Formats: sequence, C-alpha cells, structure tokens
Amino acid sequence: MFLKEYILNIYRAVASLLKGMKTTGRYFLRPREIITQQYPDNRAQMKLPERFRGEVVMSHDENNEHACTGCTACELACPNGTIKIITKFDVTPEGKKKKALDTFVYHLELCTMCNLCVEACPTSAIKMAQTFEHSVYDRSRLLKKLNQPGSKLRAGVE
Amino acid sequence: MLSLETITNSIQQWLYSTFNPTMALILECVIVMLLVIGLFAVLGLVLVLMERKVAARMQIRLGPNRVGPKGILQTAADTLKLMMKEGLTPNGADKFLFNLAPFMVMIAAMLILAPIAFAKGFQIWDINIGVLYVSAVSSMSVIGILMAGWASNNKYSLLGAMRSGAQIVSYELSAGLSIISIVVLTGSLQISAIIHSQQSGWWLFRGHIPAMIAFVIFIIAVTAETNRAPFDLAEAESELTAGFHTEYSGMKFALFFLAEYINIFIVCAIGATLFLGGWMPLHIGNWEGFNHIMDKIPSSLWFLGKTFLLIFLIMWFRWTFPRLRVDQLLSLEWKYLLPISMFNLLLITLIAIMGWHF
Amino acid sequence: MYRETQIIETDNIAAAGADAAGAALVINVGPQHPATHGVLHLVITLEGETIKKIEPHLGYIHRSIEKMCESLSYRQFIYVTSRMDYLSAHINNHACALCIEKGLQLEIPGRAQVIRVLMDELTRIASHELWWGAMAMDLGAFTPFFYAFRERESINDIMEETCGARLTMNYMVPGGVMYDLHPNFQKRVKSFIQLFNSKIDEYDDLVTGNIIFQNRTKGVGVLSREDAISFGCTGPVGRASGVTCDIRKLYPYEVYDKVDFDEIIETAGDSYARYQVRLKELRQSVRIIEQLIDNIPEGDFQAKTKAVLKLPKGEFYSRVETARGEMGVYIVSEGGTTPYRIKFRSPGFSNLSALDHMSRGSKIGDLMAIMGTLDLVIPDIDR
Repeated sequence: MFLKEYILNIYRAVASLLKGMKTTGRYFLRPREIITQQYPDNRAQMKLPERFRGEVVMSHDENNEHACTGCTACELACPNGTIKIITKFDVTPEGKKKKALDTFVYHLELCTMCNLCVEACPTSAIKMAQTFEHSVYDRSRLLKKLNQPGSKLRAGVE
Repeated sequence: MLSLETITNSIQQWLYSTFNPTMALILECVIVMLLVIGLFAVLGLVLVLMERKVAARMQIRLGPNRVGPKGILQTAADTLKLMMKEGLTPNGADKFLFNLAPFMVMIAAMLILAPIAFAKGFQIWDINIGVLYVSAVSSMSVIGILMAGWASNNKYSLLGAMRSGAQIVSYELSAGLSIISIVVLTGSLQISAIIHSQQSGWWLFRGHIPAMIAFVIFIIAVTAETNRAPFDLAEAESELTAGFHTEYSGMKFALFFLAEYINIFIVCAIGATLFLGGWMPLHIGNWEGFNHIMDKIPSSLWFLGKTFLLIFLIMWFRWTFPRLRVDQLLSLEWKYLLPISMFNLLLITLIAIMGWHF
Repeated sequence: MYRETQIIETDNIAAAGADAAGAALVINVGPQHPATHGVLHLVITLEGETIKKIEPHLGYIHRSIEKMCESLSYRQFIYVTSRMDYLSAHINNHACALCIEKGLQLEIPGRAQVIRVLMDELTRIASHELWWGAMAMDLGAFTPFFYAFRERESINDIMEETCGARLTMNYMVPGGVMYDLHPNFQKRVKSFIQLFNSKIDEYDDLVTGNIIFQNRTKGVGVLSREDAISFGCTGPVGRASGVTCDIRKLYPYEVYDKVDFDEIIETAGDSYARYQVRLKELRQSVRIIEQLIDNIPEGDFQAKTKAVLKLPKGEFYSRVETARGEMGVYIVSEGGTTPYRIKFRSPGFSNLSALDHMSRGSKIGDLMAIMGTLDLVIPDIDR
C-alpha cells in the first residue's frame, strides 16, 4: 500500500514536470510566437495611438497663429507648476489694451503627462503630442517655449 | 580518411622522432595544456551563447542579436568586458582563500577533462580507472565553492556555500550509483572500454528500463551537482542574490561562471559516454545500410552531438522549473533518488549476471 | 537620520542576542534585493536557514503623497495616487474620484460607471498577470514572467489607446472619466479575452500543476482566519484565509451589484491558497468584462461639474477593492478648494504587517514564496 502511494507520487511528479517542459518546448520550436519588438529599428513602423500623452505642444496653423489667449487656466490646472504663462498687453486697432500671450513656458522635466492642462484649456490651444524620446544631455533643453516666435492669436478666438 | 586519431598519431610520431623521449613528453604536455585552455575558452563562449539563445526562444524573446551576425559575438564582448572590470576583494575577506577559490573550481573542472574521449582514439589520458577518477575529482569543486563562500565574509555567500556543500555531497551518491550501474554492465572502469562495449547498441537501450531509470537519475543528480536550476540553491538569485559568488567581480567572477558551464559540458560528456555510447555511431540491429551511413559521420561529431543534446536537456530544465527549497532538495535525494537508485542497481546487477541485456 | 540608524542597529543586536546568545545570523534582505520588488528592507534574524524574526524597515520610497495631496486641488490630487500602487493606478484614482463624488453628491452617468468598472477589471487582470510572473520568478522559474507579460502587454495597448498612457493613466476624474472610449476599445478587449482564454491553461501547465511549485507553496506561510482579521489583511491575502472581504461584494460601488461574479474564498490560508485565489480572480475579472463589454450604455461619459470643485465641510470616506485588497480614501474638508487632510488606507501595508507572523519558523526559500504571494508593491506601503 505504502509502495503504491510512493510510486504514484513519483509518477504524478514526473508527469507534472513533463507537462511544464512540453509548454516551454513548444515555444522553443515555434519561433514565430516571439513577441520582441526591436525598438530603435522599428521606429518607422511604430504607430502610437493618437491619445498617447508624450508632451504638451501648442498647435499653430499655416499663418503662424495659435489659439492661446493667455488665460492661465492650464497654469492653474497643473499640479506640478509645469506651465508658466507670461502675458503682455497688445494694443488693438481700436486703441484698447488687450491681454495676450507673450511666452508659454513649459517645463517638460516636471511634467507628469496627466492631461489636466489640456482638459482645462477653454480654447483647445494646447494638446498632447505623441513624441516620447525626450532624453537629453542637458536639463535646460527640456525647458520649452511652446508658442513659436512671431506667432499671434488667431482671429476670432476669445 | 582524415580523423583526429591519425592527426594525433602523426604528431606523436613526429615528436618522438625529432626529440628525445623526455622532451617529446614535455612538449606533448604543453600541447595538451594549450588545447585544454583553448577548449575551455571556446566552450565557455559557445555554451553561454547557447544558453542565452535557448532561454530566449523558450521565453518568446529574440536573445542577443546585436554584437556580430545574429549575436554570435555577444559572449566574446561580455568576456572582454569582464576582463576589463576591476577584480574587487572586499574588506574583511580572507584574501588568500578568496582569490584562490575561483582557480580551485576551475582546476577541478580541468582535471575531469583528462579521461574524456572526444573522438575515436582522441583522449588525453585513457586511465584504467577513468570512471572512478571522474567521480572522485568532480567532488573537488565543492571545496572551491565552500572556500569562496567562507572567504567572502558575506552572509549570503556563506549560506550559499553551505547549501552547496550539503547538496553536492548528497547528490554525489546517486550520481555515483548510476555510474556504477553502467560499470556493472560493462565490467570495466576504463572509459574506452565502456565505449567499446556499446558497439552494438547504447547502454540506455540495451539495459532495458533499469538503465533508463539510471540515466534519469544521473541527469537529475548531475544537474544538482553542477548547481543548475532547479537545484541552483547555492546561487538562488531571488533568495541569496548570487549565493557563493556574490562578492566576486571581473575575471574572478568569470572563472566561476566559466567553470559552471565547463562542468555542465563535462557531466553531459560523461552521461553521453556512459549511456549514449560516447563517440560510437547509432547502430540499429541488423540494418546494415543504416549502420553504414551512420559510420560515415565522424566520431567527434557523434560525441559532440550527444553531449549538446544532454546540455540542451539541462538548459530546458533550467528555463522551465521553479527552484526547490533546501529541505526538499535533500529529501528528494535521500527519500527518492537514493533508494530508487540502490534498488535499480540491484536490478541492473541481476541483468548483468543473467546476461539479459542485448 | 543618524540617530535613527543607531536605534535600528542596537535593535538588531538586541534581537540577535535574545535568540540563542549570538548564534543567530542577522541578514539584511533589501533595500536592494531581487526578491523584494522594490526598496523594501527586511532585517531577518536567522538560525541556520530558519527564520526567527522579520523586521520590515520602511521609508525608502516615502514621498509623502498624503501631504502632497493636501496642497493640491480636488481635481489635481487624483493623479498623484497613481504613483502609490502603480499596478492598480486606475483603481486608486477611482477610489479618490468616488470620495470626491460622495462629497459633491454627484450622480455619475451610467456609461461612465460601466467604463470605470471595465477599466478597473482590466487593471486587475494586468496586475495579477504581473504578480503571477514575478511570483514564479521569485521561486526560480524565469520563463512564466515573459508569458505573463505577453498578455499584460495587450492590456497596456488597450489602456494606451483609450486612456493615453500605459501605467499611470489618470483617466478617472470627478464626475466620470476623462474621455470617451476609443472606437476600437470593444474590438480590442474582445480580442484580448480571446488571447487570454487561449493562454490561461498554459499557466496551469507551467506553474500551478508543477510538483516543485506545489511543494514550495503548500503549507507555507499559513495565516489563520483570526490572524488575517486581526492583521487587517484584505484582498486575495484575506480571502485565501477565509475572510469575506471583497468590497465589490460587501459594499458594491458603480455597477458591481449588477454584474454576476463570484468572490473567491479559500480556507487553507497558505501560499498556495493565495495563489489560487488570484488565479481564479483572473477568470472572474474576465467574466465581469465579458458581461459588460457588449452592454455599455449610451450617454455622457462625464457628469457636469464646476471648474473649481469645493467639497462641503465634513469628512468623507470611500473604499474600493484594488488588485491587492481594500483601498480606502479618507478626506477631511474645511470647505475649501483643497482637502484639509487626506489619509489613504493601503492594502499593502496591512498585508506586510502579517509577514513576520507568517514566516517565523520557515526557511529563507519560503520567505520568497510568502512575499511573492503577498503581492507587495512597495510605493503602496510607503506612500
């Protein structure tokens, strides 16, 4: 009786081990199951989904116009102080002073890509870009100015 | 036909005709030494690469593929890196033993190479107690591991070394008993005689089921003896960080690493010699044509093929199984492997006496 | 800082002296150790290979998240909680969102509720997949890790497409979710379920049925029902000891009371039971997703909220079931735009506290089996 149990134990143990070896052995014989993506080589084929949050960018149209009114909603929404809006006063043709965006400072090194600024923006001036290769040798290069030089507010955006 | 045997014979004749016998012997020793070191380097590179490739395939990865075509120079690059690294000796370590230990492990591995027959008539030392010599010397590597673990002055290393000591001493028994079962069937301890006795068929098949059981036990025991997963308790990455070689770096670590792979090669070579007929080609009964074709394949290829098959098997174990616990490891040996192999030896002796093997 | 180190050292010497007069071996597992999965520091007193005492030392990854949250507005602080238990980031965010909604007495649209539950369950599967691979790796089997990551990767792709990130999504906002589901979402989830169902049996072949694995985990680290309750163990750890503690069943939130799933209860309380609970939960999560994926109601994905949220004066508490156990969020509000005090009840902390009790008298190898099945995420413990 004891001997039977002993032999059964060994049989069950060996069977369970062989089952595991069958699984790994099957993968060994089927190289097409390999899931490795060879990252820097496949840059061309790599397509990130449009919602992927890589960094904050400001979209400019062909006339070098953006939609940022300098309302600082994004600056207030940001949990980390990533965004700093510097405003200036433009003089409108009617001779009135109007607040406008001077510099949109964006600290990429502080950004956690939480998307709260994009959600907060009333004019959809900023959006998330799909770039993700952000490593640089100098931290100061992560400090970005989002509005392009010479750009101005698109007409009709309030 | 050009074979390794003719090459060695002609070199020997030339040496003895050119120099006096003492000088010729010394020169032969030097040649053998260089060959062994060269073999070690090549084996280390090939086996490590093979392990990484096998592991990658089983783990649905690609494995090393950047250095050289298909990554075949990866291990060479790794070796270069290890050679450039600083060999650190920790404060408080026993410096002499700490630096000696990797060489002890290495020397033990080198010594076992002596009686292994790589091809027909290609053997360093055809000693008449070859099998005994192998099992005696193979237990020497534990001294190096214990030395490394104790001299490191690290608690992880010490635990790893102690585990390794208990493990190797225990598993020596069943490895020895399965080797003895082949010795019983052959009636000789000489490696060349064992190989010649398998001319008509390998002992794995000729010895019926008991020989197969002995083979399985041998594979399990040598996996444990070489500290390979699932018996890698001495290193136990997730428990003891790196076990006995935690404190080693640079070339001293590389020696341990190399010795591990050389040991695998050696135990698999012995397994192939004892159970799979060494360099003997595969012969099946009376199939004259088949046997003739098999004879055409060089004997060294037969030997290496069988050895690498066993090495693959051991790698397959490593990348499939979880690790055993230290008490389970010992109970597996003392409660299962040892009683079974003792009983199995009885059966094999019976087969040998009655001449039931074919 | 210096003083603290001193105290710890004298503690250890005292501990070592108490056992067998200096014969005990004190080893430090961590803060850098392959099996602690993070910067957990365990001071282990050993006698040979047998564990006499374990003392966890925390604080290596303390970022004072609770304090940080007090200076952030109600909309802002949610994203920080993704960094606590980063493997169930969605569920942490969910707990905070629930608590704020409780304070605002917001009604969540039906669509948002279903989306939240779907995301929670996908996160739970991803977390359990990672646990399964890491646990097998702790026990010395390396290959399962890659198989688990293959399935987890397809969940990450789904998350990336719908939520915009792979690990710290910040998808839950007060009042619903940040954006609507991606048009591909249903298709991709269905293909994931197909992949998952075809591969889940491999897990059993490779690890569950393996005799070495069973010997390593059965009867190891037994936690009785009483101890589980007194240590406050929740989640799979509590359920493996027979404690009914699934918040999704006890205090259903969102649509959990409308879906059909089982609370997995094991009674053995050992590592194998904890393993079984998690593996069965994987199938239950798939079951929940299968029920909901074709029944996502139309409607808004977000309730209308004010631009600046202000919670009324008072105290608010919400609890959810993360992949590791019960996660509680406690907010004290003074009526302002930022919380006056926030306290998180993290499951990992309570589960870790049972480690010493569970592993006394077992071997070092067992410790890895126990820690593996506790499924510790260190940033969750330290916060």
